[in-house]
Amino acid sequence: MSPILFELLLRSIWETVLMTSASGLISLVFGLPLGLALISTERGGIAENLWVNRVLGAIINGFRSVPFIILLVALIPLTRLIVGTSIGTWAAIVPLSIAATPYYARIAEVSLREVDHGLIEAARAMGGNRWTIIGEVLVPEALPGIVAGFTVTLVTLIGASAMAGAIGAGGLGDLAIRYGYQRFETSVMVAVVIVLIILVCGIQWAGDRLVARLDRRG
Amino acid sequence: MNQHITASQAIADPNHARPDASQDVVRLVDLKRHFGATPAIDGISLTVRKGEILGIIGRSGAGKSTLIRCLNGLERPDSGEVFIEGREISQLGERDLQPLRRRIGMIFQHFNLLSAKTVEDNVALPLKIEGRPKAERLARAAELLELVALSEKARAYPASLSGGQKQRVGIARALAARPALLLSDEATSALDPETTRSILALLKDINRQLGLTILLITHEMEVIRSIADRVAVIDAGRIVEEGPVWSVFADPQSDITKSLLGGIRPQLPAELAARLLPASGAETILRIDVAGEVARGPLLSDLATSVPGAFRLVHGGIDHIQQQPVGTLFLSVPGGDASHLAEIITFLKARQARVEVLGHVANPV
Repeated sequence: MSPILFELLLRSIWETVLMTSASGLISLVFGLPLGLALISTERGGIAENLWVNRVLGAIINGFRSVPFIILLVALIPLTRLIVGTSIGTWAAIVPLSIAATPYYARIAEVSLREVDHGLIEAARAMGGNRWTIIGEVLVPEALPGIVAGFTVTLVTLIGASAMAGAIGAGGLGDLAIRYGYQRFETSVMVAVVIVLIILVCGIQWAGDRLVARLDRRG
Repeated sequence: MNQHITASQAIADPNHARPDASQDVVRLVDLKRHFGATPAIDGISLTVRKGEILGIIGRSGAGKSTLIRCLNGLERPDSGEVFIEGREISQLGERDLQPLRRRIGMIFQHFNLLSAKTVEDNVALPLKIEGRPKAERLARAAELLELVALSEKARAYPASLSGGQKQRVGIARALAARPALLLSDEATSALDPETTRSILALLKDINRQLGLTILLITHEMEVIRSIADRVAVIDAGRIVEEGPVWSVFADPQSDITKSLLGGIRPQLPAELAARLLPASGAETILRIDVAGEVARGPLLSDLATSVPGAFRLVHGGIDHIQQQPVGTLFLSVPGGDASHLAEIITFLKARQARVEVLGHVANPV
């Protein structure tokens, strides 16, 4: 591989890492509260409100049912509004985040729902309010699942970021298509695949270790 | 010994030194709660006096859990009133219930400890909810863990504890905010008999040492016998029987009480019961229930000296409940002479024993 290609590879790794971590962080910041809102407003939840629950559910389902490549294009006006441009790595973070947030909300929802209802009742019996229940019971008890779900989301985002090349976002997927596929640079293709494997394994390994440390359920 | 008797009679006699109503920690008035068309609680009135242990027993589905949850507002009754320390709470909103719940500790069948928190943080949680400073919380947690003999587990996580240890943590947690009332929701149902005994002993200790009022629900008469002062039997959402534990054990009125007592009171051996005939046979089987003073006396030897003729003790036993002897004896009286049987029954009845002719059997042994 030529030094120029090698430099391209390094830049692509950075772009992928940037897109994945930025949109991952945003999906965590918005997805977790959304997941909490979903389980809190459902029937028998700590802030039961079926109407809100249905609307939230419908919005999440709506975003989740649009294929990412279409979302990428459809969100261009919004992206331009937020980032100022619809092209490049930062521009890709907007659709990536918007795709990942409802995805992560659903994963967080599943983990939160698995928290034993008896624990919520115990917190209520102690005189705890909703925030106590969220802060002392729901989030800490579901934390292993919340972290494991975040790992899954990050890995999914690495995959999705490959498509962001379509709006000139760069990244490893873009590099593999333009050089490895269109210009028959097999070495680039191989290098990209190896880097992606290392990235995914690294994220999964770190996530699993963190989950093991957090999980006190015995 | 004599002092013992007097003290226990004071407990036993519901009219003796009845504390005034302001001493009632809990008072329920005609409480009702329906789930759909089926009533879970169907008009329950009940008081729990300061410092006593009231046991509520019933089969599963009798409405016990719903009842206990009405006391701290986890469940809202359809109608009726719930007074906690004189204050009516059944119509309070969630926000007003929160400070009130801190006056009421609760322990659960499945312990409900937070797995992500250490033992001491679990115990300190009610104080954290109250907004107490951390140093105070941990000091109180240490104090309570000593009370339940788990100091060395303060930094452990609940997953590493046995069931009995988990319930001890649950009890420590329930006491953290110095409640006026402890609710126990089948707290020993998930524990083995030996652990159950140690948990019940701990609850009794706490009741005596701290003067804490305890209301417990259970489906096991053994639990009632071990620690309760009074018992209320509920079935299909209603109280069918209520009274001091020893007197309910000695003279159960309702079928449900009798059947709940079946496991722990002497019963006619099944083998013998199967051979009982309604018509006169060779021998007559009598069931004799005695309690209190009469059970202390030499009843059988008096019977033997006063009424000539044979009888045979086939089964029975005497329990001591709240220091009151409660006995059930099964006698077999040879047939043939009807007046002999009548004399025995007359003698026993004169001694305030309850006598029931169960049937007749050809060969009782």
